Amino acid sequence: MRGMSVITWKTMIVTLTKDLILISRDQDVVPYRSRVKEYAVKIKMGLVNQTKLITAASELVRNMLKYASGGEALIEVVSRGRDNGIRLTFSDKGPGISDIDLAMKDGYSTGKSLGLGLPGTRRLVNEFNIISEVGKGTKVVIVKWSNG
Amino acid sequence: MERIPILRMGSFLLVTIQVDLYDRLALTLEADLVQMVSKTNAKGVLIDISAVSIVDSFMGRIIGNIASMSKILDAETVVVGMQPAVAITLIELGLPLTGVFTALDVEKGMKLLKSRIIVDNEDYDERDERDYLENNDSNTD
Repeated sequence: MRGMSVITWKTMIVTLTKDLILISRDQDVVPYRSRVKEYAVKIKMGLVNQTKLITAASELVRNMLKYASGGEALIEVVSRGRDNGIRLTFSDKGPGISDIDLAMKDGYSTGKSLGLGLPGTRRLVNEFNIISEVGKGTKVVIVKWSNG
Repeated sequence: MERIPILRMGSFLLVTIQVDLYDRLALTLEADLVQMVSKTNAKGVLIDISAVSIVDSFMGRIIGNIASMSKILDAETVVVGMQPAVAITLIELGLPLTGVFTALDVEKGMKLLKSRIIVDNEDYDERDERDYLENNDSNTD
């Protein structure tokens, strides 16, 4: 029993701070990116990881604007054992994605983009989760650990 | 509407991006630059992104577009001052920016542009040069 609880404690992600930002216009990405950067600097994330995280965030914000004309972006500072990280959650009430596997493929796009958005974003972060229901919306959660 | 200024220096256009880019701003820059290339008969475009902290797939594509569009209009594009973290991110994202000339700083970028354009200059005789200058003068009115 005791062993079990140690394992859960080690793998459990604890949220330290939360910040919700609404995205409805193109320009909203600028203050959003600087907010993400602020938190990343606060947990002493290195510059390369910061850049990767902010680039990933930028891609996902664009997706929300493009396919769902906006949504909510949540920034959380999380910790798992001794690691600190940033978790970003993007929720929209757009049309949803019918075939996630296809959407995760390099070069696939229903829009006019290069189709690098989702697969590229996944390469830039440590954890990537996507849940989507056609007609209801899409939720993407990414985590970047400060030393990940 | 917010705009990124484009400076003209001889037959070159200089753009220094000092603000955080978002999609519409990048699109406006693309349109403005291509128009300026054709209006001023520019032979080279230098884009300084040393103050840009992130370039995502959209902005990367715009940079590529500017280079190919300028190329069709007979102008070379060089992108200078990319931050190392941005370069790392672009490659992992899957955007190698092929077809775009790059240089470490403005000075090296200008050198690169000049070296690529000198070849063209040999084709001009003096009269062409004068016509070219006059045309440009009337354009700036």
